[in-house]
Amino acid sequence: MSDHDHHHHHDHDHEHDNHFTPIEARVKALESLLVEKGYVDPAALDAIVETYETKVGPRNGARVVAKAWSDPAYAQRLKQDGTAAVAELGYGGRGGEHIVAVFNTPEEHNLIVCTLCSCYPWPVLGLPPVWYKSPPYRSKAVIDPRGTLADFGVTLPEGQRIRVWDSTAETRFIVVPQRPEGTEGWSEEELADIVTRDSMIGVGLPQAGARS
Amino acid sequence: MNGGQDLGGQMGFGPVRPEPDEPIFHADWEARMLALNVAAGAMGHWTIDEIRHAREAIPPADYLSLSYYEIWYEGLRTVLQRHGFATLAELDSGASAGSGTTPKRVLKGTDVPAVLRRGFPYEREAAAPARFKVGDKVRTIVMHPRHHTRLPRYARGKQGVVERVTGCHVFPDTGAHGAPETAQWLYTVVFAGPELWGRDADPNSSVSIEAWESYLEPA
Repeated sequence: MSDHDHHHHHDHDHEHDNHFTPIEARVKALESLLVEKGYVDPAALDAIVETYETKVGPRNGARVVAKAWSDPAYAQRLKQDGTAAVAELGYGGRGGEHIVAVFNTPEEHNLIVCTLCSCYPWPVLGLPPVWYKSPPYRSKAVIDPRGTLADFGVTLPEGQRIRVWDSTAETRFIVVPQRPEGTEGWSEEELADIVTRDSMIGVGLPQAGARS
Repeated sequence: MNGGQDLGGQMGFGPVRPEPDEPIFHADWEARMLALNVAAGAMGHWTIDEIRHAREAIPPADYLSLSYYEIWYEGLRTVLQRHGFATLAELDSGASAGSGTTPKRVLKGTDVPAVLRRGFPYEREAAAPARFKVGDKVRTIVMHPRHHTRLPRYARGKQGVVERVTGCHVFPDTGAHGAPETAQWLYTVVFAGPELWGRDADPNSSVSIEAWESYLEPA
């Protein structure tokens, strides 16, 4: 920072450029460099962004859960080989090469975390939310899982055990919540509408009344 | 390494703060950073573990104050320099100062759907049978390596039970540092809450980790 900037801290962020924050400017420089050197194809960058903005997201996981709720044979296959079962619906690949589905029961609730980085089942849930990648969640989920659920306004029934899955390898977990009461006779599409992303991480519970 | 990334059980960060209707990206640069990380990684010159270690090597005070995509930016800078794709001056200026390493491959836009769909599976053919089976009591080793590891501090020296034999998977601890790829049996090992956190812990809680075979001893 030059001397004349000392009284203009806000201006400092824009010193190198008229309208970019420092990190915006750095990432732009990185992209320009890698494209200029032929290391990345700009069309590939666009295709990657488009994939995670429009094609891969928690609706995929919701369809998996809804099918497992509707079809006991599918639920059994999902339990035995999550990777193969989600592939039946066309999902899989980067960030979810090895998928394990964990089923909530009246006796036990499951919660997913990655204490060491941000491992998350991309093909079925999309990209993780900021809180999932941030220190409060990564530190607290393993030592105080019920307190973590309380941060989401969730209280488990008395006596229900809680099991935390720390994603320390390339295995990626998805929670299959319990099917809520009052959803008898619903189609898979109707069921998928109430399966929230949070319920597949284990920080939420699906509600029959959530469907509009 | 015992870096800023090893967060399990740390305190003082305050409550988790979910963001209602959170957007997929909070700014355009985050989307570009994600894509750059995926596309540069697809050149095939570093493993997922090497770039994880590059992020973990950020000094803890910085690691904890950066956003996650900022951490990715720092990690990618490190590996691009290490593998001769870019110099510090080039990264800072954004302009090429000459040639660099020739990439093994460059991800083309038209190949993105197939490459993402295929992913990068980490299971390998096993050279030997698994040492442990479901139900075995095991104890994790105590170690504090300066290198990369996926055995978190809170789960070192703890007794647990093998719940699942996942398969033979690429071993991260050496693969993060340029060693030829090796693979080990990988297990889901579950620990009772009080074993990890002491007598005041919730007895109705348990935590599992995915543990490679060399992290474990019979208990």
